[in-house]
Formats: sequence, structure tokens, C-alpha cells
Amino acid sequence: MIRAVNLRTVVGIALLVALILLPVYVEATGSRFLLTLFTRIVILAIAAVSLNFILGYGGMMSFGHAAYLGIGGYAVGILAFEGVSSGFVQWPVALLFSAFFALVTGALSLRTRGVYFIMITLAFAQMTYYIVAGLARYGGDDGLTIQKRSQFIAPINLSNKVQFYYICLALLCASIYLIWRIVNSRFGLALQGARSNDTRMRAIGFPTYRYKLTGFVIAGTLCGLAGALIANHTDFVSPAMMYWTRSGDLIIMVVLGGMGSTFGPLFGAVALLVLEEALSGITEYWQIILGPLLLLVVLFARGGIDGLLGKVRHG
Amino acid sequence: MADLLRIENLAKRFGGIVATDDLVLNIADGELHAVIGPNGAGKTTLIAQLSGQLTPDSGSIYFAGKDITAMPMYGRSALGLARSFQVTSLFLNLSVLDNVALAVQAHAGHSFHFWRNARREPELRDPARAALSRVGLSARADLPASALSHGEHRQLELAMALASKPRMLLLDEPMAGLGPEESARMVAMLRELKKELTILLVEHDMEAVFALADRITVLVYGRVIASGKPGDIRNNAQVRDAYLGEQEAAHG
Repeated sequence: MIRAVNLRTVVGIALLVALILLPVYVEATGSRFLLTLFTRIVILAIAAVSLNFILGYGGMMSFGHAAYLGIGGYAVGILAFEGVSSGFVQWPVALLFSAFFALVTGALSLRTRGVYFIMITLAFAQMTYYIVAGLARYGGDDGLTIQKRSQFIAPINLSNKVQFYYICLALLCASIYLIWRIVNSRFGLALQGARSNDTRMRAIGFPTYRYKLTGFVIAGTLCGLAGALIANHTDFVSPAMMYWTRSGDLIIMVVLGGMGSTFGPLFGAVALLVLEEALSGITEYWQIILGPLLLLVVLFARGGIDGLLGKVRHG
Repeated sequence: MADLLRIENLAKRFGGIVATDDLVLNIADGELHAVIGPNGAGKTTLIAQLSGQLTPDSGSIYFAGKDITAMPMYGRSALGLARSFQVTSLFLNLSVLDNVALAVQAHAGHSFHFWRNARREPELRDPARAALSRVGLSARADLPASALSHGEHRQLELAMALASKPRMLLLDEPMAGLGPEESARMVAMLRELKKELTILLVEHDMEAVFALADRITVLVYGRVIASGKPGDIRNNAQVRDAYLGEQEAAHG
């Protein structure tokens, strides 16, 4: 059964169209800054999509998701530093390491529940942070500058800012579509069942641990891709990109946009980062304004932006 | 008649409390076996051990000749041992049909299918609709499970148990909290089901138990004090003392 086309889908697609047209606007006004900002938004939206998959649909409150941004980023950074600049090597390595990290940490974390799960995912991410900060050869605390962006065959050139933006946007659309397919598949329903009632899932015959772990690995891998992109975007990687406050930002995007919704993570990423940019132009204490706003969303709009859009139609 | 479920010397303690005490019980293939007993007799603990939610301290459980004592919940379910919960346990934010379809999916091989839309697969949706119509919930299929009444939740529980095509049902107080009319409907439904399934029924509603059961086992403090046909149980002096209508005699 297909649900009727509703407002949230319309707004989601309108937003994607606006994102597609953005470089035209940038070209006309010459505001390169906007392109840089939105490239970052699009990349972090991919990370938010991946977190939403396990948090919103799988009920796994991972507080260490930024670790994958770091792992993906450092895979690109370290390989570039060692002279391997081919994207055909860098990106698969970034994805593989992220998947492996998710498999190992997920296998351990998913044996716990609730607060313990939050704490253990946080601990793993912080561990990675300190390990990377200790890599003196790769800049340690100060981070590592990437001299050359990932190389692909012509005509793909990541150093072309507009082209890079479109590649990120295409990957975002692909991620949203991929997750939407998975969510509605047998696997996706099993995952949502486990979020809703894990005991009951096991009672009717689902080995839920395997499904949750698989979901955890899918999300980690996708976030690793976002990490590889962000390294190319900033031409720089540092341990700060996997600090726990970064994981917090990703959670805020997902909650703000609407957990367990198709376009929610995109709404959340755009809303949070645009707000951050706009408010920090007004005052350097912009978080004082952002904090209460978030509080209002959590208190009065449980479904986030996506939920509000859903209500407009029904109410 | 062959025994489908055999319970041998089962024991479970929680600290100083003995919830299951050297319990021996055999349930024949095809019968509806009721387990009754006063509050705290260990009925729910017994069901939890049979379904795999709790691990017994000692003793063994055999289902269809297989030792399932250490088998995880999903393994028992795959063998055909289905359980309904005393406290209604559903997927409240999914639709009624999704709830039942998940029960079908659980027995349709593994769920590592990532692409096809599971809500459009007839091999999941059709049996789910059939199970819903058997319990009389067809009209409610597309509502979220949270929108149903308590009585309808019980019907949905049953539909889910049926959808998994079990050989045996473990029913933990299916009448709990139902009004007289809903209870009567549930009794009628169980009478239909017992024609094709083995059922272990834990229930407080004595009228329902005596109307449905082929055999009854009485538990007190985790131990079997009597087991037999409904007529024998009704006339058993020990049971009367311990339980039936004369609970004041059994306190202490």
C-alpha cells in the first residue's frame, strides 16, 4: 500500500530541488560562502541519515556516531599523506574501516541496553578520539592537512567546488533512497519490530541481535562515507571531528528533523546548521538561543520538523 | 497419546523464593491443558521457562522429542512453540496488519532482505490477513496497534500466535481484563483453536478453564499438587483446600 503523497514528502522533495538549484544561485550572486556552507550541510545530512537509520528506526541510541566521520576522514587523510591519493582506494578503505569498527563495537555494545548502550558507544568513540590524537606522525592533536583531494578518473574532479557539491548531493539522495528501501524491506520491518518490542520479537522467532548488528554496521559504513567526503571538503582532518560533541550535533539533527522519518535527517541538518550560521552572525553566544529552541522542539513537537509537517496536513 | 511437551524435574529459584519446585508435567499432543493455581504459584515463571525467557536452574524441557532447555526464544518459536503474553506485548507503533505480518515473516526464512517492499509481499500479507480474519479483526487491519481496545489487543495477540503456524500455543491469561462479552468470544475462539493445536493455558477465569480444558494441573508454590480431568480436579479435596473457592484455608 502506498500512502498518499503528503506534505512532508512535498517539502522534502522541494528542499532537494532547492539544493540542486543552489549552485545556479551561487553563480548568479557570486556568494561562494553559501556553496561551502551547503556542501557541509549536505555531507552532514548523510551522516544524519545514517544515524537516523539506527536511532529512529532501530531504537539504538548511539552516542558515538561521529567516530565514523573521523574514521572515514582519517582513512582519506592518512592514505593521502602516504602518497595514495586515488579515490578508488581511499573511499573503499574508508568504508571498510568504518564497517569493521561498527562490527566490533556494535557486537559488544548491543549486548547492553538503555543508558549502558549510550555510554559504551560514547566510550568507544572517545577511545578512537584519543588514539587518533596520539598519532604523532599524522599531526596528533593538530590534525593533518590533505594536500590533494581524492583522485578519480576524468571528468570527475573533486577540486571543482560545484562538481564536488553535486557529487555530495547525489550521494545524499542515494543515501535517502537506500535507507528508505531498507526501512520498508523485511530487514527494515524486523529492525523496527526490535525497536518497538525486542522481547516480543524474540518470542515470535527473530534473532534480533543479528538484525540490530547488521543495521549498526550499515549505519556506520554510510557515516564513514560522510567522513571521507568531509575530509575532501575541508582538505583537513583532526581529532576534533570525532569529539563527542560532534556525535551530539548529529543526534540533535536527527531529533530536530524527526526521528524515524525519511526526510527528517535532511530537515534537521539544514535547520541546525543554517540556524547555527544565522545565529552566530547575531551574537557569539548563539547557543543561548539555540538551546531553548531545541527544548521547545523536544517538549512540544516530538516528531520534530517532519512531525510538524505531518500535523499541518491532518489538522 | 504421545507427549508433545515434557517437563522433567524443573526448578527455578529467585533468591529464597522457590518459583518452580521439582516440577514434572507432560502435555499430550492435541490436548488443551490448563494450569491453575493461586497468585504466586509460579504459573508465569513456568511459561517464561517454557518459552525461553527464563533459564531454569535445573531440570529439562523436551518439545516434540527435542531437548529445548537451553534453546533461545527464537529457536523454540521456530520449532513451533508460540507464546502469548499476560501483559499485552505488541508493536504498538506499527499497524495491526504489520504486527501479524511480522509474525509470519519470523517463520518465512531469515529476514536479510534489504530491497523488496515487505508491505507488498503477498506471501507475508495474505497469511496475516487470514489470521486477522480468524480472530475477527479484519476491519482494523490498517490502524496502528496502539489504537485498539484492550479486548482487541488480546485478539491481536492470538492472531500473531496463529500466524506463526505453531504446533503448540502457550497462553498466559488470555482472558485477563476482558469484559464478560469479550471473554465469551475468547472462549469460543479457543474452542475452535484447540481442534488443531496443542494449548497450554494459564488462566484465572475458572469458568473458562473448566469449559475448555481436557486436563488441568494445579500448582501451589511452584509444585504440582494435582493433575487430571476437570471433573477429578473439581472434586479433589486437596485442591479445594488449597485453592478453589477456599483460599482462606490455604494462607500461611
